Amino acid sequence: MDQIALLIAATLASGTPLAIAGLGLLINEKAGVLNLGAEGMMLVAAIAGFAAAFATGSDTVAFVAGAAAGAALAACFGGLVIWLNTNQYATGLAVSLFGYGFSAFVGIGYVGQKLSDRTPFEVPGLSQIPFVGPALFKQHPMVYIAILMIAATVWFLYRSRAGLVLRAVGESPESAHALGYKVRWIRLLAVVAGGALCGVAGAFLSVVYAPLWVEGLVAGRGWIALALTTFATWRPVRVLLGAYLFGGVTMAQFALQGAGVNFSSQLLAMLPYIATIVVLAIISRNPTWIRINMPASLGKPFHPGS
Amino acid sequence: MTRVSKRSLIGWTAAAALTALVGCGKKEEPAPQAAAPAAAPAAPAKAEPLKVAWVYIGPVGDAGWTFAHDQGRKAVEAEFGDKVQTTFVEKVPESTDAERVLRDLASQGNKLIFTTSFGYMEPTLKVAGEFPDVKFEHATGYKLAANMGVYDTRFYQDAYLSGIIAGTMTKSNVLGFVGSFPIPEVLRNINAFTLGAQSVNPKITTKVVWISTWFDPPKEAEAAQSLINAGADVLLQNTDSSAVLQTADKNGKFAFGWDSDMSAIAPKAHLASNMVYWGPYYKHAVKSVMDGSWKSSRDIWGYKEGANGVIKINDVVPEDVKKKIDEVKAGYKDGSKDPFTGPIVDSDGKERLAAGTMADQAWKDKVDFYVKGVDGKIPTGK
Repeated sequence: MDQIALLIAATLASGTPLAIAGLGLLINEKAGVLNLGAEGMMLVAAIAGFAAAFATGSDTVAFVAGAAAGAALAACFGGLVIWLNTNQYATGLAVSLFGYGFSAFVGIGYVGQKLSDRTPFEVPGLSQIPFVGPALFKQHPMVYIAILMIAATVWFLYRSRAGLVLRAVGESPESAHALGYKVRWIRLLAVVAGGALCGVAGAFLSVVYAPLWVEGLVAGRGWIALALTTFATWRPVRVLLGAYLFGGVTMAQFALQGAGVNFSSQLLAMLPYIATIVVLAIISRNPTWIRINMPASLGKPFHPGS
Repeated sequence: MTRVSKRSLIGWTAAAALTALVGCGKKEEPAPQAAAPAAAPAAPAKAEPLKVAWVYIGPVGDAGWTFAHDQGRKAVEAEFGDKVQTTFVEKVPESTDAERVLRDLASQGNKLIFTTSFGYMEPTLKVAGEFPDVKFEHATGYKLAANMGVYDTRFYQDAYLSGIIAGTMTKSNVLGFVGSFPIPEVLRNINAFTLGAQSVNPKITTKVVWISTWFDPPKEAEAAQSLINAGADVLLQNTDSSAVLQTADKNGKFAFGWDSDMSAIAPKAHLASNMVYWGPYYKHAVKSVMDGSWKSSRDIWGYKEGANGVIKINDVVPEDVKKKIDEVKAGYKDGSKDPFTGPIVDSDGKERLAAGTMADQAWKDKVDFYVKGVDGKIPTGK
């Protein structure tokens, strides 16, 4: 029983950065922008967050720094693809590669550095419940904040006027433009918000999860987050569940190995992407599903007045 | 330690392209005094310095594998001063890029070139054929040529000593090991760690989690956490970051440093650091090229030659354990002690080494089993 509780706890922690980054990318994509630069934004945010935590000892400052770094890189990306109409795929890949090199470069002095010790967080009272306490209520606050963020995004996208406008921009920028909405600025806002969330996820990895800095720390989680948005068919709650699923599979495999049961870890590394391809294959078979789920103008540039 | 696929640390090919683009930062570091004779042409003619080059898989700031090699390069500079001129190229992918870099270094007049990762074996072999008057030394491989030698260290000697410490310090009698890839090198370390622990505590079992990468700190931390969840209270790893040590620290358990001194990262959890020193071998190789005695050979150095060491043993480790470690170290040095001394029984109960026999190199090269006391089966991919 204890083992299962610990497995659940580990799954929540390992799914959290995927969920936050996936949510950020979902907001981008709902506005019609595909940002393949997630990995790069997370890396730059990871070193920014680590440096901030190293200097101040505060997790909060670290998350703010990570969010700012992710947002700044996303703003550059946004400026390029929204105003200069550069190709979204190529620009996103460039952001990823740039972020990898840049974070390694500025992070040289932080390799092998140690953050100050932090006291483990517990939800008062609830953490004392047997099984449920160790499974659910002894996590870093960001784990719970991630769940709140998902709930807030659901409300924002489907219940608020601003969310409706955002979705309209992603579905049909021409119509939104005709109605007088500033499509480019709305897209930029969405891109910056998505970058900030990727940044929070990156900072979570370097400051809370690892917690250390080395070159390439994010190790492909940005790509998993990208796959996750498609896997979740652009639904926030499914992003969260998918993140826990992808995080949980790895943890379950490690737990099984520890118990002496073997399972190919290479196969598991492929799993998120296989799952995504399967989902893509399924939704592509049915045009209605695509229309309902996938933002219609995803990845397409918008030229006002054309 | 062998580097099979450091490139796989990012599961996307773009990383390789990136490394090719921004990597390969080449730095020349002439010996400090080398400039003096050039500035004063009247000075008596001096012999040309021997040009020696290193090819690294990672950045020298990785605080692990490449860092350790670069310490060795610096030891060569300190020893030979202006008689050598050293160069290194870092972050060289294990691909045709390596051939290009090697050809480049050989054409620039380097007479001795060290290639410090397993994946450089074929490129080194190929370029060695093209430059018969340049000597090549390849780390951790097994292919030799007339002008290409191979060198390695005995990391398992460290792992055995760490096992002795772990076997004493454990309360649960369960040890944990975070492994990279199930190759003989890593299996030797797992087995030596377990045998060392069993030498002081016969009740020991070791649990192993494979993560299929040399380097993914979040994953290393996850694997360490799952081992702790499964009851392990002393951990060792064959991966490159300090994440396992930090995870042990967070959980109030013990762990070790690997490749470099990690005592400062978690002073309470850190039991000792497993070190590798390439300097002695590099000095030996440079010297033998200088005096013309260099021969192509396979050299595996350990405690005897000063190439390994377990350092910064935590004060919580009892004195008599430290004494036992010194005894084993002395045994390594005079050749009377080897971690792989029979009887060695594998986890299926089959005898792999007869009682009283000391394993030879061929036996060590082919380790493909867990010793008794290691839980589970080695992943085979079948």
